[in-house]
Amino acid sequence: MAAGSPPLPSGKVTIPFYRDTRIIAIIVQIVFAIAVAALLWYLYSNMMNGLRQANLLPTFAFLSVPSGFPIAESVIPYDPSMTYGRAFVVGILNTVRVAGIGIILATILGLILGIARLSDNWLLRNVALVYVEIVRNVPLLLQLIFWFSLTRLFPRIQESIDVGGLLFLHNRGVTLAWPQAANDFDVWMVWVYGGIVVGIVYYVVRRIQFARRDRPGVALPQALLIAFGIALIGFFTTYFAYGSWPVSLSIPELQRFNFVGGITVTNSFAALLVGLVIYTAVFIGEIVRSGILAVSKGQREAARALGLTPGQTMRLVILPQALRVIIPPLTSQYLNLTKNSSLAVAVAYPDLFYVANTINNQTGQAVPVILMLMASYLSVSLLTSLFMNWYNRRIQLVER
Amino acid sequence: MATEVSRPTSRRAPRQQIGLIEWLRKNLFSTWYNAIITVILLYLIFQTVTSFVAWMVTAPGWPAAFTNIKLLLTWTYPVEQLWRPQAAMALVLLLLGLSSGLWGGIVRMVAFGAAAVSVLLGFVAFTFPDLPGQTSLPGWLFMFLCAGLLVGGDQAARWIGVKLRWPLIVAWLLSYPAVILILRGGLGLPIVETKLWGGLILTLILAISGIVLSFPLGVLLALGRRSSLPVIRIFCVLYIELIRGVPLVTVLFMGALLLPLFLPGGESIDALVRAIVAVTLFSAAYLAENVRGGLQSIPKGQIEAARALGLNVVQTTLLITLPQALRAVVPVLVGQFIALFKDTSLVVIIGLVDLLGAAQNIVGQPEWLGTPGGVWRETFLVIAAIYWVFSFTMSRISKRIEDQIARSRH
Repeated sequence: MAAGSPPLPSGKVTIPFYRDTRIIAIIVQIVFAIAVAALLWYLYSNMMNGLRQANLLPTFAFLSVPSGFPIAESVIPYDPSMTYGRAFVVGILNTVRVAGIGIILATILGLILGIARLSDNWLLRNVALVYVEIVRNVPLLLQLIFWFSLTRLFPRIQESIDVGGLLFLHNRGVTLAWPQAANDFDVWMVWVYGGIVVGIVYYVVRRIQFARRDRPGVALPQALLIAFGIALIGFFTTYFAYGSWPVSLSIPELQRFNFVGGITVTNSFAALLVGLVIYTAVFIGEIVRSGILAVSKGQREAARALGLTPGQTMRLVILPQALRVIIPPLTSQYLNLTKNSSLAVAVAYPDLFYVANTINNQTGQAVPVILMLMASYLSVSLLTSLFMNWYNRRIQLVER
Repeated sequence: MATEVSRPTSRRAPRQQIGLIEWLRKNLFSTWYNAIITVILLYLIFQTVTSFVAWMVTAPGWPAAFTNIKLLLTWTYPVEQLWRPQAAMALVLLLLGLSSGLWGGIVRMVAFGAAAVSVLLGFVAFTFPDLPGQTSLPGWLFMFLCAGLLVGGDQAARWIGVKLRWPLIVAWLLSYPAVILILRGGLGLPIVETKLWGGLILTLILAISGIVLSFPLGVLLALGRRSSLPVIRIFCVLYIELIRGVPLVTVLFMGALLLPLFLPGGESIDALVRAIVAVTLFSAAYLAENVRGGLQSIPKGQIEAARALGLNVVQTTLLITLPQALRAVVPVLVGQFIALFKDTSLVVIIGLVDLLGAAQNIVGQPEWLGTPGGVWRETFLVIAAIYWVFSFTMSRISKRIEDQIARSRH
């Protein structure tokens, strides 16, 4: 012990409670909790006072009252005699519809963009770059309004703009050719189900094999291939056996006042979808690009040196590693697309926010409506991120 | 024994000369599918560019945007008070010029870029008509003055030197309230009510408020999320995740509908303040996550060293971790500012008239009803260009800062 250091106090050392960090921590937390609770109580009581005076006490009773307003498009049957609750569900389903289709299309377009940005073709690379820089620096709302205004220029249905005979643009919406079940559809479906069953059996068997041998392996792509293959064989077999395709393309035909065949979506939906897909694809493209770039060059070289073909290198070495980098930011882009679909209100597409806004205007029940609105968006966000986190954990590197 | 060491004669590696033909072959026609892609793209580009140029030359709607430039920039801000936005902008640009002289680097690049743009806009503004009853400087003169302030400020700051440092920092801190004071009035200036504000000014005010005002809250939330005290941590996590889980429109909607209910006499809160509160609360959650990223990037040794030197928790945070974390997240914060700048266009939905709102109003003016197809394409193109120039420039600045930080690490 160094000379001159103060003698250690003998016996029990008592720290006064106001200098004990453990006690301070507890006190700080209690004070914080009380402050937050007091603030919330203050806001709450103000609100309740105001609402009581306005005779608008929050209640969810309006949910079972007939809404009385029409909704332009709906996945489930709906008319104004149905309740506000039903209207709200219609809104949720419309949001899910546009977000679901949007996510699929944006992923495809984003993948193409990301790969185009890395192409060895100078022109393609730079065209993709120009597209990215233009789209991501202009507000989405402006783009949506632009697309929606464009649909206002579409001609009357009799003079529809014909795109290759499969797509028709007119002032009532966009009509496009769509696959349709034909006579022998049921026969083919047997093949499809059979394919799915064989695929699942193959997948499970392979997985058990991998587990027994305690080594990693890939089974899903082959399983999918098998399922698709059987479905495809069935497709042709049905044709040769019965002389007609099990699925036919229903091509829209212009009758006097309307199109028959194909499917027609409203211009609001088309504008919203196009806007969301074009905007989100840019961000997905950049994520894909940086994901592929994040795999070090040595990996590709090593794979090639081991004798893997370029295709195998991409499939077995580059993509699995790139996917690990890509999935987390991709999740937030999917969530962004879902949240951005609330801008539908600007193009008159009756999504969740649009319907909630209408309900609020009619009933004046701002508080319950906002609570339901936020709860709905939060659950959609939560479900998406739970699923993506599950998928992310599955593909993460297992370190031994 | 001294040995004469002669420098080895070094030669540069022979430069690879690639002729035009070789370049084309390598970059455009390397394989058969690349050749096909190139030909198809060339055809598409040719088609797009020619039809776009043809449309631009013949489009009838350009006057809609250019005769209404005042509405796009300031909306219904009183014409006789227009000197005030000019003064506010001059103040900020002067500070930017002074900072450029003092700190150089990227700040100088920004300042001189802004000066060049001002001169350019000055020439464009020659064509704009003076407004009746205008007491402010004509557009072209003001833009030239802005360029002068930037370059002059730069020179002055170089001449004054480091003495200027603290006064300048204080001036920047005070500039936000000063700009609001100049625009809104008070202290002897006549009040211009915020419901008259709009256009680009409103867009900028919302975006800047969103970043500036959310900064303290965001930093506190980030620190709270990393706190060892469970109550505080849980509160911060809940707040951040709640806000990030819902769209901005919902938060704006809440600001517009619930804020007046929450406070006694809240109906008198004007729409702009409601929007700013909503944008601030929204932005704080995202800012907190960005700052948290910066905090996580600080090596643990820094904190341990600080503690070993006898700094307490507060000192360690304020003097060691936060400064480093904030420096590291500057590019991300610029990115957030860009996002906010674009996202503020959503205030249109709650009835404020920002740049996009002003454009929508102009498109709907009765005098353009006769124009076939309407004037929306031209008008929206003009404001898209304004948004684009701002966002693109800021994203380049952010990239520069990022590169600089990456370089200084090595």
